Amino acid sequence: MSVLFDHLPELWQGLIVTLQLTAASFAGAAVLAVLVTALRVSPVRVLRAIGTAYVEAFQNLPLLVLLVLAVFGLPEIGIQAGLLPTAIVVIAVYEAAYLAEALRSGVNAVSKGQGEAARAIGLTFSQSLRHVILPQALRTVVQPIGNIFIATAMNTSLAAAVGVVDLTAAANRVNLAEAQPIPIFVGAGLAYALIAACAGFVTGRLERRLVILR
Amino acid sequence: MSTALFDEPGPRARRRIRVATVLGAVAAIALAALAVRQFAANGQLDAARWQPYATWPMWRYLLDGLWSTALAAVVTAALAMAAGIMLALGRLSHRRWVRLPAAAYVEVVRTIPALLLVYVVLFALPRYGLDLPLFWKLVVPLAVSNAAAFAEIFRAGILSVERGQTEAGLAVGLTRFQTMRLVVLPQAARRVLPSIVSQSVGLLKDTSLGFVVSYAELLYSGKVLAAYNGLLIQTYLVVALIYLLVNLSLSKLARTLEARQRLAVPKRRLSRA
Repeated sequence: MSVLFDHLPELWQGLIVTLQLTAASFAGAAVLAVLVTALRVSPVRVLRAIGTAYVEAFQNLPLLVLLVLAVFGLPEIGIQAGLLPTAIVVIAVYEAAYLAEALRSGVNAVSKGQGEAARAIGLTFSQSLRHVILPQALRTVVQPIGNIFIATAMNTSLAAAVGVVDLTAAANRVNLAEAQPIPIFVGAGLAYALIAACAGFVTGRLERRLVILR
Repeated sequence: MSTALFDEPGPRARRRIRVATVLGAVAAIALAALAVRQFAANGQLDAARWQPYATWPMWRYLLDGLWSTALAAVVTAALAMAAGIMLALGRLSHRRWVRLPAAAYVEVVRTIPALLLVYVVLFALPRYGLDLPLFWKLVVPLAVSNAAAFAEIFRAGILSVERGQTEAGLAVGLTRFQTMRLVVLPQAARRVLPSIVSQSVGLLKDTSLGFVVSYAELLYSGKVLAAYNGLLIQTYLVVALIYLLVNLSLSKLARTLEARQRLAVPKRRLSRA
């Protein structure tokens, strides 16, 4: 057990990196996902096709392949970027596909009559989006978005495989130095479980507050 | 087509759609052109760098990797599904000492990254005298982590079978176990089939962790090949393309199954785990 405390600085640093990766890539994914969702629900066929291609591509490629391709491949075509920013961007691009799919299912869950009623009383497009469609759409997807957040936190660990020293990599390094796997890996596992539990708690509270029974 | 967002387009909206179509297409082509230019400027489009992938030996090496990927995925899926059914049954059991451990396993394992489990098997178990062969070093941690996901899928499926089915089974004198095995499970299995297939896509993606284990599945084969022929981008792009094709066809299968089911079982929706 003492091995955990001896190496607390390294493990703590790893946890911070994991939290940075999670927060930054989820924020990036949220922005991208709104964009992709807008493409996918637009009345323009070309834009819908682009959105669909994006989602299909990134849902069907392993994240590790994307990470390897970006980290080792981008320098070869003359794009130099730091390891951490590269990892953040790749994870954001990957998770955005899942987030966009969740958002789209939320928009699709709003019944047609709601939008027709909004237009019938003279709301403009952005008004109907803001007051009628989005409030209902977002409420139905709180839980899925929470799950995607947890998946993002889990997936950031793959950055360890391309050299980012996050919690997983830090735990592995400490174990290689100390050869006391049980406390170290259990500790790291608990830290991940704690992140997931916090996210689950928050989305649970949000959902209870926001849910509308229909 | 009218949706919650738009009415049937009139003449003005149709004009705007045409403009947006042109702009969207131009933007997409511009992006693609930019990427191609970036590749060409760095000499990555030279014929010599792609020519090896017009030859059979390179492809054969990668397809061997794909075969190992498939093998690992199938064995993992079989183990994870068997464990998943047991865990789902455990979570729905009437006995608390069965229910609680099963629930704890599912809830805990679902929140631990697969890579951490891989590291445990790679670096922790050998210290306790358990040094698995390479294949199992990849399969065991993936099975452990996917079992939790499959357990939730099966549990959702079992819960979606109407209570009347269980009650009828018990009423005709079947035991609880027989009712589950003969009446509930067959119906549940059919309903969760689409979710199982889409979870298998996730599982197949997880096998790329062979890269870390140095088990010669598709991604690791790509790494070896790239180190051999020095064609890094080309090799990984071909690898990505193979993953994409395989997973796209699996995803398509899941959607087909789902569509067929919606016809067969109307007005009933499965909550996906």
